[in-house]
Amino acid sequence: MDGAVPLFRMEGISKRYGGVRALEKAELSVTPGSIHAILGENGAGKSTLIKVMAGVVASDEGRMMLDGNEVSFASPAAANQAGIVCIFQELSLVPELSVADNIVISDPPKRFGMIDRKAQRRIAEEALARAGASDIHPLALVKDLPLSRRQMVEIAKALARKPRILILDEATSALTAADVARVFAVLKRLRSEGLALLYISHRMNEIAELADQCTVFRNGRNVASYAAGTKSDNEVVELMIGREYSHIFPPKPARAAAAATPVLEARSLSWTDRLHDVSLSVGAGEVVGLGGLDGQGQRELLLAFFGVLRGLSGQILIDGRPVAIASPAAARDDRIGMALIPEDRKTEGLMLPMTVRENLSFAALDRLSRAGIIDRAAEQRLIDDMVGLLAIKTAGLDIPVGALSGGNQQKVVIAKWLMRQPRIILLNDPTRGIDVGTKQELYQLMRKLADQGAAILFYSTDYDELIGCCDRVLVLYDGALKRELVGAEITERALIASALNIHEEMPKQGADA
Amino acid sequence: MKDWRYWLAEQRGTLLAFGIFIVMFVIYTSNHPAGFTANVVQTASNKGVLLAFVAMAQTLVVITAGIDLSVGMIFTLTNCLASWLVVGTGIETAFGVIAVLGTGLLCGAINGAIVIYGRLQPIVATIATGAVYFGIALLLRPFPGGSVNEGLADALTGRLFGIVPASLVTLLAVVLVVWVPFSRSVLGRAAYAAGSSEMAAYMSGVPIRRGKFAAYALAGLLAAIGGLFLTFFTYTGDAAYASGNAYTLFSIAAVVLGGVSLFGGKGSAIGAIFGALAFRTIGDLLFVFDFDPLWQPLFQGVILLIAVSLGAFALFRVRNRLEWFL
Repeated sequence: MDGAVPLFRMEGISKRYGGVRALEKAELSVTPGSIHAILGENGAGKSTLIKVMAGVVASDEGRMMLDGNEVSFASPAAANQAGIVCIFQELSLVPELSVADNIVISDPPKRFGMIDRKAQRRIAEEALARAGASDIHPLALVKDLPLSRRQMVEIAKALARKPRILILDEATSALTAADVARVFAVLKRLRSEGLALLYISHRMNEIAELADQCTVFRNGRNVASYAAGTKSDNEVVELMIGREYSHIFPPKPARAAAAATPVLEARSLSWTDRLHDVSLSVGAGEVVGLGGLDGQGQRELLLAFFGVLRGLSGQILIDGRPVAIASPAAARDDRIGMALIPEDRKTEGLMLPMTVRENLSFAALDRLSRAGIIDRAAEQRLIDDMVGLLAIKTAGLDIPVGALSGGNQQKVVIAKWLMRQPRIILLNDPTRGIDVGTKQELYQLMRKLADQGAAILFYSTDYDELIGCCDRVLVLYDGALKRELVGAEITERALIASALNIHEEMPKQGADA
Repeated sequence: MKDWRYWLAEQRGTLLAFGIFIVMFVIYTSNHPAGFTANVVQTASNKGVLLAFVAMAQTLVVITAGIDLSVGMIFTLTNCLASWLVVGTGIETAFGVIAVLGTGLLCGAINGAIVIYGRLQPIVATIATGAVYFGIALLLRPFPGGSVNEGLADALTGRLFGIVPASLVTLLAVVLVVWVPFSRSVLGRAAYAAGSSEMAAYMSGVPIRRGKFAAYALAGLLAAIGGLFLTFFTYTGDAAYASGNAYTLFSIAAVVLGGVSLFGGKGSAIGAIFGALAFRTIGDLLFVFDFDPLWQPLFQGVILLIAVSLGAFALFRVRNRLEWFL
């Protein structure tokens, strides 16, 4: 590869989202005829890098060179035109259209100004065959296909566009083992045909099998590039770690002997293909973290407890008694006393145009009213308590909650549920997109609630938080519990290794840790 | 080789509407005092195609996951305009027809521009433009009146070879000239894609805006064809508010009966046409059974409710309750 002219280069690419820097002077070169793997933990900047490359977002600074000429892409279509095709994690298929319609969607074959359906069918069949998915019928509607088949259609669609650079962003995450083998064969053939492939995956064994070159990202920067196979898994994990600890966490109490009956317990929970046989328990006063890479079933697990999923198998026990939780309304009922702080506060947590006051009292209205009439004085008292407890900064209670900062909005969501004095608190990545100061306040609050006897199940994509806040961390992979880390075992190395589902060699450091 | 199964699945809504229509129409004609005669078919066809045109218009917009509450008013406006312009010699009449259709196209284009480039919700935008279109219609025809080229009108509402209703032939021609090319063009596919998943369509580089704009503009054109036909049947222009609104609402009913999803991305104008014909026939059924016409709205409403409920069964299969709200 030495001396080869890179097909594509990115130089000094930076991108910020509000106050969060996603990319900081990132560099990347892509050579034809090779598979380049990109590694990094959650939020390291991989996805943003690819979005910039594929014309989905524009970078704030830096430049991109294709064949030695500077280029910029205003839209995904422009990137496609230049030969850069991306298979995104979130599928880009149109559900109500057929497989063939989707495969040719960017540039359908035309005859007399109309779409030539015969040619379309032919192109689709060729592309499906090239992707090793001839079992998919071109006339089937995409929405009727299972996720793994859709992923194959997505790959066929990308191939039909005759890419020079093909980007696969977690493209195998939904595939069955047989499909993965077929896709690998396809990718290797494409490489021999001279394509440049960028491969993003968290499966180390896949990278070992496929990649020629690897680049590790951390904190929005590329921190290392090396030829595949020259570093051990542990060295790679080492490269991915190394963020400075920037958060201050409240001290954890000495671990008390586990209470006789856990407040919340799950036995063999399974749901569709997203959760497999998950068993766990959370005791009073305990903060239990859910770790692992994004999208390994953590969100579904929380929704399962909160009564949102149908067709759940397994058992949920509250205080040792089996319960059936049929809806969020049932989950928040006093006998269960559960609260869920959702991940997307804008759609699942708040009614943005309504006032702070209204948003705060929504979840507790049944407690604050008698015969359907709201007791205004009681409402005011409780709201004052909450605003004080959480230090919500607002110009008034009667302004729309949408006018508050992200951190204060999140506090409103949390306060809204605390007004019910829940015994079980489920948090779904509650600190995403909020400032450091507010994060710290939330950590303190979490510990305080636990000390008051609440059972807390806390999912976070930020490993620092899991390390700093949790008494125990349960790591999920592919919808199943892979590992439980307790107390001093919760280290970044252990978290990343188990999130990637690789068996970390345990150096004997337990004694001096 | 089970292509036909996929074809069948895709056409299910259309075939169902066709089936409902045939059953209703058989019941209707077999109980009609005159029976299945060319005359009965002609009358039914003339009444049916009006709603069929408006329903086709509605289909185009609904496919993009929008809704057009101004179609009935475009229909009324073009009716009033036609009662002024579609008169005189052959040349004058021809220009009149072009002007009327052009006006419909313009109305649709305005709707599209407001929704797509002004980023207003379709429901709000078309309520407002619908009121404007009706206002113009009222200024054109404060009182019912005017006239139309009767030779042309009689030819298009009469029968070909003494049997086939000319209105039905016109409907078929419009399907072939407007709907078939649209549905098979890149713009048509863009309209479907935008209605089904606008984000996925955008990510795939589909010309979403042009597709949606074409759908709105052609909807205006189709509504104008309907308005023109109304003039041919009645020989007058009439800015009737109630009738304009009724056509808008019935067009939505016809679309739903015809298997077009109000969530967008699914269905065809052919289905909507049969939905419209079925809906009209249902209304006329009461007449042949000598019911009081007072029962008609109630009866139509119940039938519509049943038809819409059929479409909601899919919700029972949802396993993540949050998907109910998507």
